[in-house]
Formats: sequence, C-alpha cells, structure tokens
Amino acid sequence: MFSGYIISVAIFVGIWVTLALSLNILTGYAGQVSLGHAAFFGIGAYTSAILSLKYGLPFWVDFLGAIIVTGLIGMVLGLPSLRVRHDFLVLATMGINFVVVAVFKYVDFFGGAMGLINIPAPSILGYSFRGGFPYLALVWAFATFTWLVSWYVSKTWVGLAFHTVRIDEEAAAAVGVSVPRFKIYAFAISSALAGGAGCLYGHFIGSLFPDTFVFVESIVVLSMVIFGGVGTLRGPVLGAIILKAAPELLRFVQDYRFTIYGALLVLMMLFQPMGLIGDDSLLWRSLTHLFRREGVGEVDS
Amino acid sequence: MPFMQNLSNAVVLAGTYILMAAGLTMVYGVLKVLHIAHAAVYTIGAFIGLLVFTWAGNFWLALAVAMLVSGIVGVLIYRCTYHYMLDAPRTVPLIASIGLFVMLTDLLQKGFLMGPYQKALPAGGAGLPRIQTSWFSLTPKQVLILVVTVALLAVVYLILTRTRIGLGWQAAAMDRDMAAAVGVNLNRVIAFNFFLGSALAGAAGVLVGVYNNSVFATMGDLPSYKAFIIIVLGGMGSLPGTIIASLLLALVENFLVASVGYVLPRDAIAFLVLILMLMFRPHGLLGQE
Repeated sequence: MFSGYIISVAIFVGIWVTLALSLNILTGYAGQVSLGHAAFFGIGAYTSAILSLKYGLPFWVDFLGAIIVTGLIGMVLGLPSLRVRHDFLVLATMGINFVVVAVFKYVDFFGGAMGLINIPAPSILGYSFRGGFPYLALVWAFATFTWLVSWYVSKTWVGLAFHTVRIDEEAAAAVGVSVPRFKIYAFAISSALAGGAGCLYGHFIGSLFPDTFVFVESIVVLSMVIFGGVGTLRGPVLGAIILKAAPELLRFVQDYRFTIYGALLVLMMLFQPMGLIGDDSLLWRSLTHLFRREGVGEVDS
Repeated sequence: MPFMQNLSNAVVLAGTYILMAAGLTMVYGVLKVLHIAHAAVYTIGAFIGLLVFTWAGNFWLALAVAMLVSGIVGVLIYRCTYHYMLDAPRTVPLIASIGLFVMLTDLLQKGFLMGPYQKALPAGGAGLPRIQTSWFSLTPKQVLILVVTVALLAVVYLILTRTRIGLGWQAAAMDRDMAAAVGVNLNRVIAFNFFLGSALAGAAGVLVGVYNNSVFATMGDLPSYKAFIIIVLGGMGSLPGTIIASLLLALVENFLVASVGYVLPRDAIAFLVLILMLMFRPHGLLGQE
C-alpha cells in the first residue's frame, strides 16, 4: 500500500531529520547559531559524487569519504567561531555558505552551474538500489545513527562541556573546559553528520546542482530545529518531519513554503522560544503532566 | 581622467551603501540586534516608489511616499517583534529577524505583490542636470543619488545632534538602561530609530531602482549582505564608521576588483573579506575593544 511517492517523501524526511539533528548538536548543545549548514550538506553531497563519478569508488567508500572530508572541512570552517559570537558568527557562517556555493558554481572541477549528473545508485554485492524500501531503510538507519550520536553527546561529559560553552564561555574556561576545542568538536561532529546526509541525498537524486545548497536551505534546517525544540533529542525530529512532509503533501504549503518557515520562526521566538516540544514549552509541559503518575511529586531542578 | 572618474563613481556607489547601512547601524547601536530583515524594508521602499511613480509620474513624490511607508513598516516590525524580545537571549531576536527576512522576501515574490519579474523604474535623473568637468563627468542619475544622499545625511545629522529625540538616541546607544534611568523615553526613541533607519533604506531602494532602472523582489539581498560587511568594517553601531566603511568598500570594488579581475565572483570575494575581517579585526577598522 506504499506507493513510490510516499517512499520518496519518507526518504527526504529521513535526510532532513538527519540534517536537523546534526545542526542541533552545533546550535542546540554547543549554542553556536549557524546559517551555513546547507554548505556542509553540499560538501558531503559533492564529495561523494566526485569520489564515485571521477574515481569510480564504491558507495560505502564514498559515504565514509563524504563524512570524513566534510568533518575535516567543518573543523576548518568552524575557526571563525573562535573569534566571533552570536550575530557575527551568523554572518560568518552565512558568508561561508555563499563562498562554498560560489566554489561549486564557478570551479569546473565541481561541474560548474551545470552541476554533476549521472551519480550511480549505491550497490551491494552487485544489487543496486535507488529508492524503494532498501534505500528508505538506509536513510533512516543513518538518521537513527545521528540520533544515537546526539544521545551520546547529550548524556556524557562532551554534552556537559557543550552545555557550559553555550551558557557562559568565561565560566566554562574558568572551570577548565577548553572552549575553542569544544567549539571545533561541535563543528566537526555536526558537519560530518550533515556530510553523510549529503551523500545519501546525492546518490538518491542522481544529480547535484549548486542552487540546492544555498543559504535559504540553511534557514530551512534551522527552522526545523527551532520549530521542534532546540537542544532536545525529540524536537528536531518532529520539526523536520512536519516541515519537510507538509510541503510535499499539501499544495498550499508548497507554494508558500518560505513564508510559512519565516512566520514560524518569528512566532516561535515570540511565544515559544523553546520550540513546539522543547523543554519548558507549553505542549511538552502539558504532555509530561498528563503522563505523570499520581503521587509522584514535582521534579524540579 | 580615469582616476577621477573612478573616484566619483565610487562616491556615488558609496551613497547608496551608506543609506542602506545607516539603518542597520542605528538598530545595532541601540538594540544590539542584527536586523537582517532590513533588506526586505529596502525592497519594499523600491516597490512603493515604483507604484507611486507609475501612478503619479513624479520622482520626488515617489521618494517621499516610499520613505514614509518604509519607515512605518520598520516601526511595525519593531513593535510586533523585537519590542517583546529586548530582554531575551541574543539569539532570540536574531532568529526572529532571519524569519522575518525569509517571510517578507518570499511574500514580495508572490504575484499579488511584486511577482517574480524585474520591473522598470524609468525616472531618469528626475530633471537634474549632467555635470561635466575636465576631470570627471556625472550622469543626471549619479547627481540625483549624490544630492539625495547628502541631503538625507545632513537631515539625519541635524536630528541626531540637535533634537531631543536625537540626543535620546545617542544616550540609548551608549547605555540603554542608564538612558532609561535618566528619563529617556526608550519606546519612543527606539521606534523613532526604526522609522528613520527604515526610511533611509527605503530611499536607498528607490535610488538604486532608478539608477539600474529595475525593481525586483530579491533586489535587497545583495545590498544587505554588503551592508553587513560595512557595519562590521565600520565598527558596529558607529555612524561615522559606517560612512567611512561604505566609501572604502565602494573604492575597493571600483578600483581593485574592476581592474584586477577575479577567479570567484565579486560577491564571494566580498564575503571572504567579511570572514577574514571577522576573524582578525572583529571590532572593525576603526572600532576599539
């Protein structure tokens, strides 16, 4: 009863869930608002496409290559965050997004404005699959992996270090957390995962064009994180599912996609800065209240 | 003389940059918010200018109405969003301004507003003469930009230094809480600040629309990115710094980029400059720690 169309939508949703979760590690946990996430998505997609088109490497090598290369580039491009904060980090990441897209567009090695086409479908043991259930499973397996990384980060000392960097950099430094190191970690983890998502996107679509990775797409991913609930494990997943599936399934939403994304950002900031189901949001509080057993006291920190 | 001609072209270009960046600087000075939605106000100014010009055929009327409407839009943006976020963490107004920018730009592209196409704004030089000397020549359009920019800057200077509300603005830019404590009506000052800054952006939109004889929904994107570069160069929140940085950027564009040529497009180079500036001189060329 699952048509190919529904499966395609589910594959896209899975890729964007991965993107939202990976941006959440950077923005939600480490507190670095970035408008350049689409650039890392693009770097992953282009890396894997070039590895398979120009060097004929198999899918799994492309996939790992995309993750490693994007992570390393993320480390380098995260350097501005060591010098600037808040608004000016947003400007710097926006600038990075523009420069990366310009490189894709004007350097012939990356296919220029014509993009890269005929990216082969992934194949295992001679069985190649593009779309369908196997690809869906692959995409969601990586989304789950990203979720597990986020879970690991949020539950261990890495998460605590990110938390202190987000709340107060001076205090973090005072208690012995190396702020520059953890900022670079955050950029590296976040962009490596986005690079993996880019590889899955490129091999699914089969062709890449620079305009897919412009800075507006970064805003889309940021909207998903903010809308769902920044800094939580559940929020970005819900945000990405709603904001990616709605435009695919509803015609009206598709036409006014960016108006709605923008309006959502403004409205969430006005009324629910923690997101739809973020900590301390109206919906999440009533939900947890609903399911709390009688007799269990208020657990406040 | 090509040198003098390049110089005068750069000064004209800088005029539109100053008008665009002044509003951003003023908002940053008082609220410490990076007002990304300013780009949309600029486009709205150009759009209103186009509407009034096609209806009345008079450039000056079009400019005045465009400035008024942009100013009102600016105040509305403040009253509906940033006003409620003054005490929130800095990422809150920042994300709201990103949202506003995306929303307004997307709405402007819809058929019932500007549509996706370029439209002509054939106001010419509004009847101003061509200036021809042995050193350089200015087309009527360039004269127009120069005259309007200088006149508006003079008005802004007088308002900020000679009026009560202008002094209130200066106080608020130094220390918002302290200004409120000594009796500055912050609400009025900030609303006025948005009105003035947005009106200037609207004027810049009309002038650029006339100069290129084209108005379109995404015309604000590029100038606003350049305006970010300018306010970083000029040391955030300083008006004189903004003026100097605008001139500098325009000079660099006209002399260096035009004569040397480039591997990447001009705007990518501008962003590389921005990133390097942020990394090595985050307080601007003139600003201090």
